[in-house]
Amino acid sequence: MNYLNIIKNGIIKDNPTFVLMLGMCPTLATTTSALNGLSMGLATMTVLLCTNVVISCIKNITPDKVRIPVFIVVIAAFVTLLQMAIKAYLPDIDKALGLFIPLIVVNCIILGRAEAFAAKNTPLASLVDGIGIGLGFTLGLTLLGIVREVLGSGAIFGWVFIPDNYNILLFVLAPGAFITLGYLIAIVNKLKK
Amino acid sequence: MEYILIFISAIFVNNIVLAQFLGICPFLGVSKKIGTSMGMSMAVAFVMVLATLVTWLVQTFVLVPANLEYLQTIVFILVIASLVQMVEIILKKLSPILYQALGIFLPLITTNCAVLGVAILVIQKEMNLGQSLVYAFSTAIGFGLALTVFAGIREQLELTNIPKGMRGMAIVLVTAGLLSLAFMGFSGVDVGLRKLMGIE
Amino acid sequence: MKKLESTLLNMVLVLTSVTVLMGFILAYMNHLTINPIALQKEKTLNEGIKSVMASSDIEVTSVDTLRLHCAKGKEQAFVIYHNKKGAAIESTTLGFGGPLKVLVGFDVQGAILGYTILEHQETPGLGAKADQWFQEGQNGCIVGLNPSDSLYVKKDGGQVDAITASTITSRAFLLAVNNAYQAYISNRKEDKQ
Repeated sequence: MNYLNIIKNGIIKDNPTFVLMLGMCPTLATTTSALNGLSMGLATMTVLLCTNVVISCIKNITPDKVRIPVFIVVIAAFVTLLQMAIKAYLPDIDKALGLFIPLIVVNCIILGRAEAFAAKNTPLASLVDGIGIGLGFTLGLTLLGIVREVLGSGAIFGWVFIPDNYNILLFVLAPGAFITLGYLIAIVNKLKK
Repeated sequence: MEYILIFISAIFVNNIVLAQFLGICPFLGVSKKIGTSMGMSMAVAFVMVLATLVTWLVQTFVLVPANLEYLQTIVFILVIASLVQMVEIILKKLSPILYQALGIFLPLITTNCAVLGVAILVIQKEMNLGQSLVYAFSTAIGFGLALTVFAGIREQLELTNIPKGMRGMAIVLVTAGLLSLAFMGFSGVDVGLRKLMGIE
Repeated sequence: MKKLESTLLNMVLVLTSVTVLMGFILAYMNHLTINPIALQKEKTLNEGIKSVMASSDIEVTSVDTLRLHCAKGKEQAFVIYHNKKGAAIESTTLGFGGPLKVLVGFDVQGAILGYTILEHQETPGLGAKADQWFQEGQNGCIVGLNPSDSLYVKKDGGQVDAITASTITSRAFLLAVNNAYQAYISNRKEDKQ
């Protein structure tokens, strides 16, 4: 098992945001700033790591026909654990990400990866895959967050460096999210050739 | 009276897909043809209203009295998953054609963030049962509207010449952005309506 | 290890045990985090009160919840945090995008010491600027003003500069402040009786 390849795969070849196009809802909603995008990516990665490992561990005692409900219970449990931890120790992130923390449960990436990888590989490999895909997702979100923050608020990670008058408000609003992602995907497509 | 406000607001002003970013995956995935879009919207509408009803009842009469609010996420998603299973079975019997057309998208309603999102939102906004159901129904219509309008645009897009680099998801997303921009034109309508109706 | 067969018994057994196990883990975690979460809420409230009373050393002496019938007949609730400098009052109105919740600090004469926006659904870059626009030294500064003759935006004949392109949010904000003042005054009258 070439673990380095698995990680590279998650970041580039199977990048959830730009290639697989999974997890679009949080991608568009939580990238109003670089920090929000980064936090969401890391939160999702945390859940992905835990669920991948646990599902890989119980894959042999899970009857085939009931595997989806079992996976969902495991994923929902870890998301709730994450929710509690964030509410208790990181309230600012709780405020910034809001509804999208419990929505990690329905993030297609997590169930998708459980089905496609964790259910068929060893716990260690699943852990590494979780890291790879998680990093890919975080990278996508942070990149989108940076572009939207720079164009829309003239800042990067909160550090303002463009004066108010030159900010294009559109980019921190809903349409801006769609448009920015669209163009980023176009750029990625061009680079892939 | 207030219900009309919720209705208009959920469909136009705060459209679930174009403003709140819930339900993007099916929005981008199913909107290639107007027919499938409408079928999907109806399935989602049915699941959404039913799910909101059941989850609201469970939250109010089971989770809160028993101090088990932290089980909300697990319980809600299990309710939704079961409902989708039921809809699948019913649809298979009643309308095999629609069942075939929707294909893989039906089980995907489970992971439709809009359904879980609405279930959680009505609890967060502390709505009563009536308001929650109206909100769920209106949101589903808003979802259907966005989906169908977008499908119409995409069918037209198929016939146009798009630069190579923008083909595929890229142009779809930019188009969605423009549609979202158009819907922003509705903002403030609910404030005006409120004044008109004399509700504060 | 061969996978467990998908018999009904196995399926029910596995799904139930996974759910029950997860349930216990969540209950334990809930028990662990319930205090930190409550503490966080308290901390945020205390910091809010300190900032609106413009004092780093303030203690809440008593809390009142006042329900007033406002102009349109609807009942509104105000939470009043009494302290030695005056009181900090939570007031909610309807803003442009949703409920606007403000915490205003008054001294014993009724002059505004400071404010903070607790909750809002206003547009980023427009109405959302309310958290800074009306502070000390800014364009719409209300610190030091006394709402005994209610505060209004310049457009409505008042003295406060509205946020550029956000008249509705500005009006809602001032209404919240005025309502808070009225609540403070009636609460004081009640005390004296």
